[in-house]
Amino acid sequence: MQFDTVAEALNMAGHGAYVWSVYGVSLVAVTVLLLGPVLRSRRLQRQQLALLRSELARQQRASQSNAEGEE
Amino acid sequence: MWTWFHKFGSPPWLYSIAGSILRWLVPITVILLAVGAVWGLLYAPPDFRQGNSYRIMFVHVPASVVALAGYYVMATAGAVSLIWRMKMADIALRSCAPIGAMLTFLGLLSGAVWGKPTWGTWWVWDARVTSMLVLFFLYVGIIALYEAFDNEELAGKACAVLSLVGTVNIPIIYKSVDWWYSLHQPASIKFTEDSTMDGSMLRPLLLMIVAFYCLFASSLLLYMRSEILRRESSTNWVRKLVLAKAGQGSANAV
Amino acid sequence: MGRLLAACLRRQLLLAVRRPVEVVNPLVFFLLVVMLFPLGIGPDPRQLTEFAPAVLWIVALLATLLAVEGMFRGDFDDGTLEQLVLAPQPLFLPALTYVFAHWLLTGLPLTLLSPLFALMLQLPGKAIGTLMLSLLLGTAVLSLIGGIGAALTVGLKRGGILISLLIIPFYVPVLIFGSAAVQFAAAGNSAQPQLLVLGGMLSLAVALAPFAIAAGLRISVDAG
Repeated sequence: MQFDTVAEALNMAGHGAYVWSVYGVSLVAVTVLLLGPVLRSRRLQRQQLALLRSELARQQRASQSNAEGEE
Repeated sequence: MWTWFHKFGSPPWLYSIAGSILRWLVPITVILLAVGAVWGLLYAPPDFRQGNSYRIMFVHVPASVVALAGYYVMATAGAVSLIWRMKMADIALRSCAPIGAMLTFLGLLSGAVWGKPTWGTWWVWDARVTSMLVLFFLYVGIIALYEAFDNEELAGKACAVLSLVGTVNIPIIYKSVDWWYSLHQPASIKFTEDSTMDGSMLRPLLLMIVAFYCLFASSLLLYMRSEILRRESSTNWVRKLVLAKAGQGSANAV
Repeated sequence: MGRLLAACLRRQLLLAVRRPVEVVNPLVFFLLVVMLFPLGIGPDPRQLTEFAPAVLWIVALLATLLAVEGMFRGDFDDGTLEQLVLAPQPLFLPALTYVFAHWLLTGLPLTLLSPLFALMLQLPGKAIGTLMLSLLLGTAVLSLIGGIGAALTVGLKRGGILISLLIIPFYVPVLIFGSAAVQFAAAGNSAQPQLLVLGGMLSLAVALAPFAIAAGLRISVDAG
């Protein structure tokens, strides 16, 4: 460990603001790169599921009305 | 060999194999990144000339290296898509572009922030910074060209052609920018190239480069999976997949 | 084959001669922007001398870029390109005639008129020969690279600014060596190495660009 206290690590002899901001931005970038596509996949799957459910419901209603018509 | 090759063109197979790779690749990426960042930030010794600001290097260099390598991955996908008309190669090409653009942007931004304490200015028209800027525009051009086409198949082809033109040009661009910089190098700013980096700094740097390659691979596979889902959304296997997942969810709810 | 190419080239030039405004446009643009620079920098001849190589080269580059969008436009709209794509002859040779015609109508006039603009910008007389030679080689490379961008975007309704974004990164090496050649000559040094590099770029571009242009045209004809 190069730094004795937390304050020293944050300050880094005056360069802390530069170093830590770069690592902060990198964290954001890594999060976007890994989480972005995951969220997109989830959203696509949810949309597809909603579409399937509404289709299924329509089919059921159609078959019910058919059955009623026959009776 | 050929059966493997044909499988590669099949979306469900690629989707599931990418899933099983990601199950261990993503944790490894996160661990490597975390270890590398902590090592670079807290344990690597300060540089005797630049002090602590050089710690930005542990992000700047890997991001720039992988951004450039990413262009070649993209161009390879482009070549495969043009030669074998493989749909999955188009998807890989389209997925590489935003990742590469993001990494190039990160490289540029970290370079600018590194420049402020080192050279006293945010932006230096240094050879590597300038080349990175050109690379950024190459990536943005690919994304813009893809989005301009209505037909996705043609968009993929057009981007494949453009990325191949880029592969021929990138070495020329880099060499000429290098030459241009050596011609105009201002006397006030001297870059002393430390070709011999101490092992205590080199080891975390190499670790971070490996970590960024893993990051690129994980992000590429994740993007490809979401892109596959989008394009194949009306096919049977996606429906089954969605229903299976929903079945699990409702079973848990009950 | 030779007859086809000659016919293609003749047709291009004939069409251009019938619309002289489009040939003159890049030249007028060149003159206008050359006029803007002293207004922006100031009339000091020493400063103008210093900036002249860069200004002349950047304006030449922009003038070529301005004209490049129309390289295939007319023939795409009236269906000629579709015929060429369907023709049994390989597409890259007619593609090369389009580029050549474009260069004859923009690069060559720019090169021939450049001494006039060079004198206006106080470029030393000894650099004028190098300026013309570098423009002669350089604008040909610019036309070839520009052709790739034009071929890829001609089928798009929203081409516009996209073509600049696609091409300008590839123009970087040409600009670097072109303006450096003129700077070297203006400083009294030999510009032969830079001119040789430009010649090398031209050889590479002539060898490879036609294939990329042909591929781009096929895609655009499919999209249109």
